[in-house]
Amino acid sequence: MTAATVRSFEMGKSTRVAYGETLRELGRERSDIVVLDADLSKSTQTVLFGKEFPERWFNIGIQEANLVSMASGFASCGYVPFISSFAVFLVCKGFDQLRMGVAYPGINVKVVTSHGGISIGQDGPSQMGIEDLGLACSLPGFVVCCPADEVSARELVRETAKHDSAVYLRTGRPAVPIIYGADHPPETFRLGKSVQITDGGDVTLIACGLMVSEALIAHDILAAEGIRARVIDMHTLKPLDGEAVERAARETGAIVTAEEHLLHGGLGSIVAQFAAKHHPVPVESVGVEDTYAESGSPDELLDRYGLRAVNIAEAARRSLARKSS
Amino acid sequence: MASTKVEQRCSQMARSIRVHSLRMIHAAGSGHPGGSFSAADILAALYSDCLKFRPDEPDWLDRDRLVYSKGHGCPALYAAMAVAGYFPVDELIGLRKLDCRFQGHPDRRKIPALEASTGSLGQGLSIALGMALARRLSGQDYHVYCVIGDGETDEGQIWEAALYAGAHGVDHLIGITDYNKIQNDDYSENILPKRDLPEKWAAFGWHPIEIDGHDISAIRGALEEARGVSGKPVMIVAHTVKGKGVSFMEDEPGWHGKAPNDEEFVRAMAELGEEVSV
Repeated sequence: MTAATVRSFEMGKSTRVAYGETLRELGRERSDIVVLDADLSKSTQTVLFGKEFPERWFNIGIQEANLVSMASGFASCGYVPFISSFAVFLVCKGFDQLRMGVAYPGINVKVVTSHGGISIGQDGPSQMGIEDLGLACSLPGFVVCCPADEVSARELVRETAKHDSAVYLRTGRPAVPIIYGADHPPETFRLGKSVQITDGGDVTLIACGLMVSEALIAHDILAAEGIRARVIDMHTLKPLDGEAVERAARETGAIVTAEEHLLHGGLGSIVAQFAAKHHPVPVESVGVEDTYAESGSPDELLDRYGLRAVNIAEAARRSLARKSS
Repeated sequence: MASTKVEQRCSQMARSIRVHSLRMIHAAGSGHPGGSFSAADILAALYSDCLKFRPDEPDWLDRDRLVYSKGHGCPALYAAMAVAGYFPVDELIGLRKLDCRFQGHPDRRKIPALEASTGSLGQGLSIALGMALARRLSGQDYHVYCVIGDGETDEGQIWEAALYAGAHGVDHLIGITDYNKIQNDDYSENILPKRDLPEKWAAFGWHPIEIDGHDISAIRGALEEARGVSGKPVMIVAHTVKGKGVSFMEDEPGWHGKAPNDEEFVRAMAELGEEVSV
């Protein structure tokens, strides 16, 4: 087997920085946006908004439950609150408040977290949001989104602000590769509408967050073996772009999902459930197995916990073997 | 001292709230009479001459907000709102039944005039705090009231809101603790005693007012005092009796969350001045 020539990416900013900068722009454009943070504003980047709009920025202290319910109160008085903390703290500690104060009454709150996944690195598992997407998807009416790079993050944060009901959007800590050039067509990024980045007829790789760049490298690895992979950026987990999944199943006959999240309840579960109902094909999933990670550098952790292009390529081969058996 | 006309109206409304609550709970076969009755006089004072509201325009921007955090006691809230003109009182009897908007706990989707969906305890005060901050930001002219139970103060989130509102001097925020001293399983003293509640709120930077929560004149006075406080949130700690108004329900933990049978219903209604037969 010849060594594959894989693409290299220009590194961009982290999706959390893209969020902070976009939120500041939105603050300039709209006076109805208020921002609440729970003493992690330098990490979530809401501090950028806070410096420019101190009267509309509420850094309330280490009170995630209070944070969510306060946002519910703001929203019912006509404001559009963006609330931020680490994914694990806001969703896990504030879950019942998200349920009672946002999802159940149908209140328009934007929940944007940072530090999703294991790529936060050295701080270790207590700080890693690996359940957040599944939990957010379980809330009726929530839109759930996990952008892959700086460019899509900026546009999806804008889409989130425009949307008229609750949205959960996860950002990440590390700088991530730029996937989308400045020349991407307008309206490329819409909540609920996936982006097909490469075409291919043998297998479809469906990824979200920083796993999209890994899926693109996996595409190149597979191409060297003569396997043509379609790569889809499924930045919105809910509502799922079912049309794209069904087309992928029908046209490629095999699907691999990839996410920086527990395998239970996230993208893999959602895609497999949809495919099983609408067009059953082999579905393989790459994600965090039923465990917690550990401290280490982001790269070391992504290697150790199997969240790499090679793992996606291997899953693709498994799916192809199942397809032909 | 002779009570004023307003106080007489409040007392009549309180009696109506108890009567309707009991009818609803009896018809439903389940519900929470104890905490409905303990809050009845507070709700009567709020709806008869304190809150600014328009039943025919529930989303009026300058209305006062009332967040009823102790959601299980909602029969009294529904009854108060019906008497105040929000709903036909005849509709209350559908409480807890399929397709009725009067859900077992307050549901804002079914009744947009409710300021919050409640029932998972400890969250209403934070929602009210958000509303009070929104008011401060918009410069609108309204107050935000929040009725909590004393059992509810077991929840840590209550003290998160207390800490924040006190530290930031959030005024136009008026909490009322229905301090009936009984929670789901037993007397609070046997579960988690609440001691020195006014002192606790004062320590968190609130302006506490301690009253008899069944003395209409005292409730009205406390609400008036509360509206005059600036630079601080207010907590009215209202000493109440669970099941107040029906002798055999008063201060009895067993009446926290159970419906009266037919015989108990007739007796209870008689004590409230209503002759009924079933």
